[in-house]
Amino acid sequence: MNETMSWPWAALFALGAYHGINPGMGWLFAVALGMQEKSSRAVWRALGPISVGHALSIGVVVMMAGLIEAVLPLSALKMLTAGTLFALGLYRLFRHRHPRWGGMQVGFGDLTIWSFLMASAHGAGLMVLPILFRMPGNGVEVATSGMNHHQHLMSTMGGTSTDLTAVLVHTLGYLVFTGLVAWIVYRKLGLGLLRKAWLNLDLIWAVVLMITGFFVVLV
Amino acid sequence: MTLLRPDPTFYPSPRMAMEAPAEKLAYLALLNPKLAGKPDAIAVVDVDPASKTYSQVVGRVDMPNAGDELHHFGWNACSSCLSPYAPHAHMERRYLIVPGIRSSRIHIIDTKPDPRHPKIVKVIEPETVAKRAHYSRVHTVHCGPDGIYINALGSPAGDGPGGIFLMDPESFEVLGQWELDRGPQYLAYDFWWHLGCDTMVTSEWGTPQMVENGLNPEILLKGGYGHSIHFWDLRRRRHQQALDLGSENQIALELRPAHDPSRAYGFLGVVTSLKDLSASIWLWHRGEGKNGDWSIRKVIEIPAEPADPDQLPPMLKGFKAVPPLVTDIDLSVDDRFLYVSCWGTGEFIQYDVSDPFHPRKTSSVHLGGIVRRAAHPKKPKQPLNGGPQMVELSRDGKRIYFTNSLYASWDEQFYPDGIRSWMVKLDAKPEGGMEFDENFFLEFDGMRSHQVRLEGGDASSDSYCYPS
Repeated sequence: MNETMSWPWAALFALGAYHGINPGMGWLFAVALGMQEKSSRAVWRALGPISVGHALSIGVVVMMAGLIEAVLPLSALKMLTAGTLFALGLYRLFRHRHPRWGGMQVGFGDLTIWSFLMASAHGAGLMVLPILFRMPGNGVEVATSGMNHHQHLMSTMGGTSTDLTAVLVHTLGYLVFTGLVAWIVYRKLGLGLLRKAWLNLDLIWAVVLMITGFFVVLV
Repeated sequence: MTLLRPDPTFYPSPRMAMEAPAEKLAYLALLNPKLAGKPDAIAVVDVDPASKTYSQVVGRVDMPNAGDELHHFGWNACSSCLSPYAPHAHMERRYLIVPGIRSSRIHIIDTKPDPRHPKIVKVIEPETVAKRAHYSRVHTVHCGPDGIYINALGSPAGDGPGGIFLMDPESFEVLGQWELDRGPQYLAYDFWWHLGCDTMVTSEWGTPQMVENGLNPEILLKGGYGHSIHFWDLRRRRHQQALDLGSENQIALELRPAHDPSRAYGFLGVVTSLKDLSASIWLWHRGEGKNGDWSIRKVIEIPAEPADPDQLPPMLKGFKAVPPLVTDIDLSVDDRFLYVSCWGTGEFIQYDVSDPFHPRKTSSVHLGGIVRRAAHPKKPKQPLNGGPQMVELSRDGKRIYFTNSLYASWDEQFYPDGIRSWMVKLDAKPEGGMEFDENFFLEFDGMRSHQVRLEGGDASSDSYCYPS
């Protein structure tokens, strides 16, 4: 993989890492479950479903983009993505409500749904799209060259493996960092650090969503 | 309302909260018992011993209407904002949610930028509460992981059921009833929760019709006031279990679950027993296993004290005894000490509840009381009426504040000479024991003080999401 090909993968991984370190996206929940049950195994047990939920959220958005792209030109999909990114960022700047789902007595399914909802509400998947737009060889990119309907569909499907890999790379970045932070906090630092180190990543994220929306239109 | 770092008054665990700095201000509900068109107020009390205005009222905000009967109130946000599953750590603890228990009007009071001069920024009229939530006579306020929870004694018509409704923590809009399935629950008084168990607990007093015109002896002698507590699935908003104390135990009021979310037990104060006028504290606890049933047992009984009928109000003359009337309790943030107000006998008791099944009385003081009329050390010759009632405790467990009025129409029955209101402070010793701060004795001219809330949080304002 040459340099121009590898930056989107690095970006996907980094985006996953960013979600991973956000206390609101999973590691804190894993740590809380470990503390509640007084067992580090509960921390590790939570990472699986939380990552699955995150991956599903990203996957659904990428899949929907693929479906939309099958019926609309790429420029329209880009505009739609940009508009949604901007609107979501603006909303999240002023409203901080979260999906009402969760509690401390949760199983695999509960955690998966929780993580899916949190990632979706954050617009995690939406941020993956602009990277996919820039990815050479991706179905989305090939589809720009104005082919007939049959080829168009083919090209989208041809990109599915790239899309799937993108979701996996992103989720890997997420899982590595969620697990790392959960371990460090549970074993070493303790929750006292929440009081000082919990930066308002949601606020930064809201601004990033809006800026990305602009870039999708400009670039 | 959104911050870049978590509000410094939020603490993940009770142990960390105990290291919080000492409060410098207290907010106090003041009730105007002689209406005459004059409203109730929230007073700001200076509780900083280093300050020149220590133990004085330094600010005050009057309500826009008369006749609210301010009673309990709470914050818009607390340590529960650090919830792992519904985190909004960058909310600001800033607004007091102040309902009128008689009017059902809810006031949103901004304590910033100047905490000594709070301002009313929003008023929710009773009609809105009735329309959105079909509840009335608004009582307890708790900030929860996903918004503000408020409860009410009954329906707009004055009967039941009473219950809980939700308020949006950003817009302060009343969102609607909380319960999806209330099972047998009809009466309401207090509520709180075990966040670690996803369990809500609610207690019982009476419907508005049963309490507003005073304690009704007919209802009481029939055992008609509340004597059960209810357990609910906090996530699914469904009734799970009712525990009946037996109808001889009348008026099951304050609920104080352990602050540590991994401890599945709590304390309930019961005002009186029909058998012998004693008051009692009950311990509820969860059985074996994650989904074990809850059970409850009496762990403290405080007997009535014999008295000369001439010294008793008409309602009690026939009994020749003063009931203790446990009307408020408070649990220290480390779950170690339980404080109990006996509004009738004027006793204020500290118990060591390190072993919750076997509380140990560690200290007691007297102030006021129906018969005793005990004086404060600052004015040892001045008999006081009313008794220890609404109690609040600092997060570090070192300072205790209490006031002496209960509820306007009940005040008149037990203290017919008219309660002259005061607020006092005690200092608690780390290993048990307490004594009056002789420099802290506030008297209120004409107004009656009720609940105290401490700047930055106190022992009944915050819910913690992580074990110590």
